[in-house]
This record gives sequence, C-alpha cells and structure tokens, in this order.
Amino acid sequence: MVIALAEVSKSFGAVRALREVSLTLTAGRAHALLGENGAGKSTLIKVLAGVHRPDSGQLLLDGAPARFASPADAKAAGVAVIYQEPTLFGDLSVAENVAMGRHPTRRGGMIDVAAMREQAEELFARLGVDIDPRRPARGLSIADQQLVEIAKALGSDARVIIMDEPTAALSGTEVRRLFGVVGALREHGAAVLFVSHRIDEVFELCQEATVLRDGGFVWSGPLHEQTPDSVVRLMVGRDLDALFPKQEVAAGETVLSVRRLTREGVFTDVSFDVKAGEILALAGLVGAGRSEIARAVFGVDKPDGGQVLVRGKRIRAGSPGAAMSAGIGFVPEDRRQQGLVLDASIERNAALASLNRLSRLGFVRSRDERSLARDWAVKLQLKFAHLTDPVAVLSGGNQQKVVLAKWLSRRPAVLIVDEPTRGIDVGTKAEVHRLLSELAAQGVAILMISSELPEVLGMADRVLVVREGRTVAELARAEADEERIVLAATGVAVA
Amino acid sequence: MKRLLRWESALFVLLVLIAVIGSAATGGLFLTGNSLFHLGLDVGEIALIALPLTLVIVAAEIDLSVASVLGLSSALIGTLWNAGWPLEAILPFVLVVGALCGAFNGFLVTKLGLPSLAVTIGTLALYRGLALVVLGDQAVADFPYSYTQFGTAPIPGTWIPYPMVLFVLLAVVFGLLLHATAFGRAVFAIGANEEAARFSGIRVKRTKLILFTLTGAVSSLAGVVYTLRFVSARADNGTGLELAVVAAVLLGGVSIFGGRGTIFGVILAVLVLGGLRTALILGDTSTEVLTLVTGILLLASVLAPAVTKRLTRGTS
Repeated sequence: MVIALAEVSKSFGAVRALREVSLTLTAGRAHALLGENGAGKSTLIKVLAGVHRPDSGQLLLDGAPARFASPADAKAAGVAVIYQEPTLFGDLSVAENVAMGRHPTRRGGMIDVAAMREQAEELFARLGVDIDPRRPARGLSIADQQLVEIAKALGSDARVIIMDEPTAALSGTEVRRLFGVVGALREHGAAVLFVSHRIDEVFELCQEATVLRDGGFVWSGPLHEQTPDSVVRLMVGRDLDALFPKQEVAAGETVLSVRRLTREGVFTDVSFDVKAGEILALAGLVGAGRSEIARAVFGVDKPDGGQVLVRGKRIRAGSPGAAMSAGIGFVPEDRRQQGLVLDASIERNAALASLNRLSRLGFVRSRDERSLARDWAVKLQLKFAHLTDPVAVLSGGNQQKVVLAKWLSRRPAVLIVDEPTRGIDVGTKAEVHRLLSELAAQGVAILMISSELPEVLGMADRVLVVREGRTVAELARAEADEERIVLAATGVAVA
Repeated sequence: MKRLLRWESALFVLLVLIAVIGSAATGGLFLTGNSLFHLGLDVGEIALIALPLTLVIVAAEIDLSVASVLGLSSALIGTLWNAGWPLEAILPFVLVVGALCGAFNGFLVTKLGLPSLAVTIGTLALYRGLALVVLGDQAVADFPYSYTQFGTAPIPGTWIPYPMVLFVLLAVVFGLLLHATAFGRAVFAIGANEEAARFSGIRVKRTKLILFTLTGAVSSLAGVVYTLRFVSARADNGTGLELAVVAAVLLGGVSIFGGRGTIFGVILAVLVLGGLRTALILGDTSTEVLTLVTGILLLASVLAPAVTKRLTRGTS
C-alpha cells in the first residue's frame, strides 16, 4: 500500500460530495476510479492532491495517518496529478518544463542546461517515448503534453500518479502509447489512479477499481470479478437497456450537401451528402481534420474552396449566421469554450442562438427567453436548481444538455454534433444517443463526429473515414466494423 | 447578478455618505442647487462617454482614445467656426467625424485583429495630434450666447444643467441597448466568451465595430458639450480625461475582463466621482487630492471582486 483513504467524507455546504469513501492504491498497480459525472471523482482526486481536506475519515500514507495541508504537501509526499488538459509553459523547452521547480544548477546558481536535457532524455527513455527535449512545448499535441507532465511527475519522484480522464482527447494510437507508459510506470513501482469514462479502456489497463455513485462508495476490488456490463450497472445503479439505440429510419431526401470543400493545409476536396433521418459519422484519428470540416460547414472557419448546400441551395461561406438561417445547428467539440458562456445563466445560454427569434424590434422578450429554457430543460430532463444559475455549476452532462437545448430549440434541419458525449457520464450518454436517434426519426439530418468507435458503430447509418484531411473510405452501416474503420483511419488500404 | 446588485448598493451607500459628510463639512453648501448644478456640469463629459464605453468594456475591449476624439471635435468646431461655418452645420459634421474616428478604431480591432488597448493608445496620440494640426495652439471663444448658455446656464427655473438632460436621455438609450435588446445580449456573450458567441452565430466583428463607432460619436458629442461649457475650442481640451472615464466605468462594477456590468452601476459611479469632486472643491481641497482619491477608488473597485472571492473561498 502506498496511499489510502479510509471512510473519507467531504461536504460543500449542504452538498455531500463524498460519503465514507475508502480506496487503497498499491505500488505497481493501476487502479480505476469509476462513476458518473457528479459521483465525486473530482472531489476524491482533490483530496488525494491536497486541494481539499476531508471533513472526517483518514488519509493513510504508507499505512500511517497523514494530513495534506496544501497541494505542496501532497506533492512532497509523491502524489502527482496529470490533468486532461496539461498546463505547460509554451515558450519554454520541453526539458525546462520537465525540470520546472527543480532545475539542476551548476556552482554559482546557473542552470545546467546539459544536465537538464539529459534528465529529460533519461525520463523519456524510462517511459519509452520519443520527444525532443530541446523543442518548445508549444505545438506539442495534447498527448505529448500529457507525456511531458508524466515525465515531470516521474522526475520529481512521484509514487502516486493520478490521471484525470487522460484519454478523452486522444486518438487510438495515442491511447496505445499512453497505456505503454502506464505499464512502464507500474514497472517502476508507481501506483496509478486512472479516471476514465471509457469502460473498455479501464478493463484493458487496470487491475483494480473503485466505483462511486452520488458521492457514496459502491464497490472496490479486483476488476476480474466484474464485466463491463456489471461495472456500468454499479455506476448508474440501474440496467441500461442499450447504450446505442439508433432506430432504423428510412432516409429521406438529401438535406446537406458538401461539395469539394477545401481549406488549405487542413482538408482537401471533401464531398458528402446527408439525408433526412440519416446519421453520417465522420470517423478518423484526432487531428485528421474532422472537426475542421464541421467548422467550415457551419461557417466558423472560412473554406478556401468548395460549397455547402442545404436542400440544394448554396449557403454563404464563412458565415455561421447564414448556416443557421439555412437550418444548420452545431454542437461543438469544446463545450466549455465553444458551446457555452460559462458565467452566463442557463436561460441566457439556451437562448443565445435564438436571440433574433426571441426579440421584437431588437428588444428581447425575456418571458419567451425563459419559457424556451424551461421547456427544453423539461424535455431534456436537465438537472438544475434555477434557470438563472450560471451553467458553470452544472455537471458536464447537464452542460451538454444546455448546448443541445440551444440548438434543438431552433428546430434545425441539419444538426452537426462534434464529440457529443465527450466527458459525460454513462447515463446522460445514453440519453444523448436516444435523443439523436429520435431527432433522426423526426427527419433531421445529423452529421456526427466521434472518436469513440462503439458510438460511431452504434449510431451511424454511414461512416465516412477521414485521414490527413481527405475522405478515404465510406462504409455503410452493414459493412462498418471497428477493424475496417481503424485500418482506413490509419492508412492501411482496405480491400 | 447578485454580486452586481450588492456592488451597486455599496455605491449607493457611498453616495449617501459623500452627500452627508459633504453637507456637514461645507455647512450645508453641498446640497444646494448651485453646487448640484456645478456637479452636473463637472461630470457631464465623463458621464456621457462612460455610457458607450461601458458597452465596449463589457465586450472585453477598451477605448482609450475617447478624450482625444473629444479634443479633435473641439478643435474642428473652432476651425470651422473661424472659417465661417454656421454651428448648425458644424455640430452634425463633428459628430460624423467622431463616429468615423471610432469606426477607424473598430476597423483596426476587428478587421486587422489588433488588441484594442494598443490600437487606442495609438489613436489617442493620433487624434490628439490631428486636433493640433487642425487648430494649432489657438483658442476660439467667440461663440454666440444662444449656444454657450447650453453649456453654462441651467434650464430656466431649475438647477439642472442642459447636458444632464442629454445624459439622462442617452443613459436610457444605452441602458436599454445593453440590458434589454438582442444586441446587448450579444455584447455580454462576446465579453464573457467570444468564441462561444461566434459559435452561436453572433456577428462578433460587426457588434464590436458598432460599439467603437458609437463611442467615437458620443466622445465627439462630449467635445461639443466641453467646448460650449468652457466657451473655448482648443486642441488640448479634455487631455487625460480618458482615465477618469475608465475609472468611472470600473468603479461602476463593470469587469475589466468583460462580460459583467450594468449601466445603472456606472451612473452611480459617475455620481460618486462627481460628488467627491464637488465636496472636495467646496472644502477648498486641492485637485491633487481628488486625483489621489480617484486612483484609490479605482484600485478598490478592481481589487474588491478579487478580495471577496478570496474571502468566500476561505470560508468554504
């Protein structure tokens, strides 16, 4: 045992975020922390990281009671947290980032650049990854940035490494590489706590798991005692009928047509159609250009060539307003940055794309604004206290519902959803899938981007695979399987 | 929202305090019609410019060229008057020039993507320079009384200065624009998260261009008021006034980071600053003290949200 929590509770005001939760991390083992959003995972991580102090219960370090008064204490005890979006110093070199806070110095206090570089190289070698320590951190992929953070943790002799949803923004190959690194960490005797929404990953990577639900402790033990289904049941406390319930809908007429859309250096000659009632998925590696295609279709980015047509009518390029008038809605990839104004209220956010419709002579009819939010909150089963609360206080899944409300209230003919279930809990995920399926049944043409293959396979009527900015394969639902998509996405020719 | 209401209540208390202490210290001189008239006149230009600037700052931009536009407007009035233009033609003309100055700021910010802080520091110098080119160092003062009484005399039978009427009118217009219209919603959204605003179909660039243009036009209007009040068109009129205007907006509870603020708060802040100024002048205090107090209030208004945040975090 390296670190353990024994019956730890933590409340924020009236909200009991953790109730008597116990957890033990062992050297050389990877432990999964599972639970829906709002289950208390973040609070638990923050207790381990010294950000929060438990109200009751104990923190045990090598079996002895300990107390972290600050994150610095936790760090000194060897606990390191790798966040989903790493925060590196972009203008400093990778080696300097790795050495941050404990630069090797020569006599006289000057930084020993050569030693610093060697140190970084040695750490990368231990992790089995290849990153140039001399390059600036800016421009590294998110995956590489995480690895730099891990090397930094390792360099400061971290014995407990907590990874908070590290794979959410990674592509398939990057996930594989991260798994290799976790393997290396375990060999070096580190205890790893791994938080992820992707159950299949958890089963592949971890030996043990702890499940939380609504702040309470549900189960902890070796994972081989469980199956993916049984774990999901533990997390949600109920059976899920089906995770991906896309109904069969007879496709109608073509609604969205994209013709030879090109943005130099990003994607080239992209053409496809989406029919009413159809879900077309864009699959591919992260960075293949899928989100960029969606952005250009919606007009947030201006394409260099090609056309976007809705029901045969060409829409003005580079204008989200024109795309919206033509009936396109867009649920973007980054909910917090692109989808929502976090400090603004639920009702303001829900109405943000409908201001023109909600106002007369320029004046917003605030009663209509509120009833729009209220109606959709009910329809989407949004969990909230007041419509005037900022969306920042909602859980990830409920935030995504607000983004959906914002677009669905416009009754779009075409809905583009980019990673619609990223970082949201299993229960809400199933709700979102059911919703998309219902929308398709109502005749909405849906363009979906997803990095989760089960989601793509479960939801899509057709799959268009994008590699390096070009469409390389189109697979009908019947012929689409994981292997074919991965082969096409990674550049191995498909027979 | 609640935070802002609390902020405005604090400003209101401050205002009452100033009135009470001001009256006591000046033997009741403070709350007389005559001092209130001068208070109204004194803050006139600051109050006018603070209105559109509130919207600019809520949209997370800034305009520091406002006082220079005021000066340019004043210089143009002088030159054109010397050239024999009637004031009926001069006034609309300078308003258009002011709007163009603002639009030029907006153009540089939106089309070229430059930060407004840098752009308007540049045009602060540019427009003031233009004012000097236009009028040189002379002062033009021979305006007809029918016009200058607008800036120097109260509305007959009251203590209300004419510019105050203009201010109330514009305060209603800008208050409605910011708080009741789709345009205002867009301004808040842009200030809080420009990217999310763009992803919601809001025309961010156009909105900002309009805000800068309005600010230019109102700054120019403030130039007209200033010129008539002092019965003097000079190129250096209103030098340094931009700091007082920014101070008023921030003291009014508008977040320097954008996305937060109310016109009502800014109006209260203008009154607080004007009240202080009048109280200090009536109490025969030097204007240096006034600058000092303004600076302290400005710092306090920027610090207060951070301090309350730390305090509330400490108790949780």
